[in-house]
Amino acid sequence: MSTDSTTTVDRTEAAGPKGRVPAPRRGRGRVPLSEGKRAERKLGWLLCAPAALVMLAVTAYPILYSVWLSLQRFDLKFPDQREFVGLSNYVTVLSNGYWWTAFGVTMLITVVTVAVELVLGMGLAIVMHRTIIGRGLVRTSALIPYGIVTVVAAFSWRYAWTPGTGYLATLFGEGAPLTERASALAIIMLAEIWKTTPFMALLLMAGLALVPEDLLKAASMDGASAWQRFTKVMLPVMKPAILVALLFRTLDAFRVFDNIFVLTAGANQTSSVSMLAYNNLIRGLNLGIGSTMSVLIFIAVAIIAFVFVKLFGTAAPGSTDEGGRR
Amino acid sequence: MTDPHRGGPARSGRIRLAAGAVALALLAPMAACGSGEDGGIPTINLYYSPEQNLQKVVDDCNAQAGGRYEIKYRVLPRAADEQRVQLVRRLAAEDSGMDVLGLDVTWTQEFASAGWLLEWTGERRAEAERGTLAGPLETAQYEDKLYAAPKNTNVQLLWYRTDLVSQPPRTWDEMINFALGLKGRGQPYRVITMGAQYEGLVVLYNTLVASAGGQILNSEGTKAVFDDGAVRALEVLRDFANAGITTSSFSNTIEDQARLDFQSGAGAFQLNWPFVYPAMQEADPELAKKVKWARFPGVDPNTPSKVTIGGVNLAVSRFSRHPEESFEAATCLRNPEHQKFSAINDGVPPTIESVYAEPEMAEAYPMRDTILAELKDAATRPLSPAYQNISTVLSATLSPPSKIQPERTADRMREAAQDALESKGVLP
Repeated sequence: MSTDSTTTVDRTEAAGPKGRVPAPRRGRGRVPLSEGKRAERKLGWLLCAPAALVMLAVTAYPILYSVWLSLQRFDLKFPDQREFVGLSNYVTVLSNGYWWTAFGVTMLITVVTVAVELVLGMGLAIVMHRTIIGRGLVRTSALIPYGIVTVVAAFSWRYAWTPGTGYLATLFGEGAPLTERASALAIIMLAEIWKTTPFMALLLMAGLALVPEDLLKAASMDGASAWQRFTKVMLPVMKPAILVALLFRTLDAFRVFDNIFVLTAGANQTSSVSMLAYNNLIRGLNLGIGSTMSVLIFIAVAIIAFVFVKLFGTAAPGSTDEGGRR
Repeated sequence: MTDPHRGGPARSGRIRLAAGAVALALLAPMAACGSGEDGGIPTINLYYSPEQNLQKVVDDCNAQAGGRYEIKYRVLPRAADEQRVQLVRRLAAEDSGMDVLGLDVTWTQEFASAGWLLEWTGERRAEAERGTLAGPLETAQYEDKLYAAPKNTNVQLLWYRTDLVSQPPRTWDEMINFALGLKGRGQPYRVITMGAQYEGLVVLYNTLVASAGGQILNSEGTKAVFDDGAVRALEVLRDFANAGITTSSFSNTIEDQARLDFQSGAGAFQLNWPFVYPAMQEADPELAKKVKWARFPGVDPNTPSKVTIGGVNLAVSRFSRHPEESFEAATCLRNPEHQKFSAINDGVPPTIESVYAEPEMAEAYPMRDTILAELKDAATRPLSPAYQNISTVLSATLSPPSKIQPERTADRMREAAQDALESKGVLP
């Protein structure tokens, strides 16, 4: 999200001491920095160095380490046979049916849940935004599902859908819905949607606050219907907030793990890619194959972020050109 | 911002104090994880699955130790998978807080190969091997070295209704025919056993392969074989699943479901572990009176079955701070006297042959002769460090049993098992 502002700091820093100015990008002009300004930049860089170092230690190192692991045959069961195998783990994983099944399941869950959450979240956001009486109460209670620990909620869903202990299983006739693929996937998605719609609503509500009341009134004066005001006025103004909300949720949804872990443990082909990576790493003790999957998931997440940022022009609120860059 | 000295020495002192407090807070739990050597008596942490009366055995061993060590029973989760995950994660991190480990027989080779277990040598090894049945002992070995002491074992038996069947069937074909005959006469006829996609299905398949004289892996455990016997076993399993004599939920049945199905009176036969008998005596004493046991049916009429053994081995972690005391504690926990106690009170069959002859065993184990006969001619699951991975892909390929295509299924399993042995397999 903050890629843009980091690169700015980076560039000035590199240019700083020698006073050389890099070629201006996208036609944005840049004046040489004054002495005081440069000192301030340096101090700023020093101040954020500890945080940057910690980030390097806790994110960059593990990422690089798993890339390194993914290039090896490294199986805790056979410690003596550890060797460098190049990209053959990637060939193994990418030519494996289980991987692509899990990938398909993950994509399905991502697309369906994010789409449903967007619609429901928008509705909830408008309700929360427009409520006059008991606003605090409405907002708090809407957020309750998001406040419950996912694993705990997942266990409630599991018991609810298990014949014998649950009230929901009997509603839909005989049989155990969590043991059939289609119904199990539907339940996983339901649990995901139930849990994260409030989060979506919260992000969208921030966007709703950006819509000026005057604009809506003016549109209303011009005879726009409620639906027209929503699609022609609110949505365009909210677009940045919607894209941010979608980006956050898509990244989250793609890494879905805890609900599946508790509800089906991946039985009947309901594994997500994260579940598959867990199974190969922790249960299979195969660090090579498992890390390969982790790296592939990382790449997939990076692609999603790239598509959102570069193609749809998603940007963090406050980092747009007109806005916050000081 | 501009004056970095604002705040002065007092402030930096406070910061240092805060940093120190944070460091302490971070380190304190680690220190608490340590040995816990209060009073100089070494604590031996026993990690073992929930077993109701194991604490009494532990107390007894602690009394016998006379202050040389004190065993603390740390109860693992109930599900086998969760037990293994906990052990594996902590051993991979070289956790010294675990001393004696209760390992399922199928994990022993894996943990030994990973270098997490101490070898049993000399007098300790002799003690662990003394009078121990060959099958269970084999599950505790890896590359001709002993890495654990068998604590208890288990085998499945054939349970049948004497009011419906006069003679127990000796082969699967015979059993299927008996059941079809009963079905024709409108009597309870079903053959109930475990067929869900999990370890239980692999146990059944392994028994069939061994009974048909086949092999899954070569005897060194280094290569996937799946020979004619393994294909024959697939035919038996497929024919059984398609004969119309199983329950409708066969491909979703695990141990307890099978027990309940049989207890409800739907079955003429049940293939299951011995725990079903005391449970039946409690739940339906009338039915229990009509039920007898026999050796598991074989594949070939002239060769008795070879049945897969289960059970638990006790191993000592390589990261233990007190290996000597740990070996001693493990030896005590599985000595003949304690095996007898656990067999009677917790229903886990002993690994030491002489224990079966003890008079108290007759009441708790009326079927002990059959168990012993099976144990003396038993089959182990493939003794490979990669067993867990092999088992996962086997159960996925075997399920549902009614869809087995013997030759093709064998080819697919051979390939998947070979991949698992070469760390190339992907687990579902």
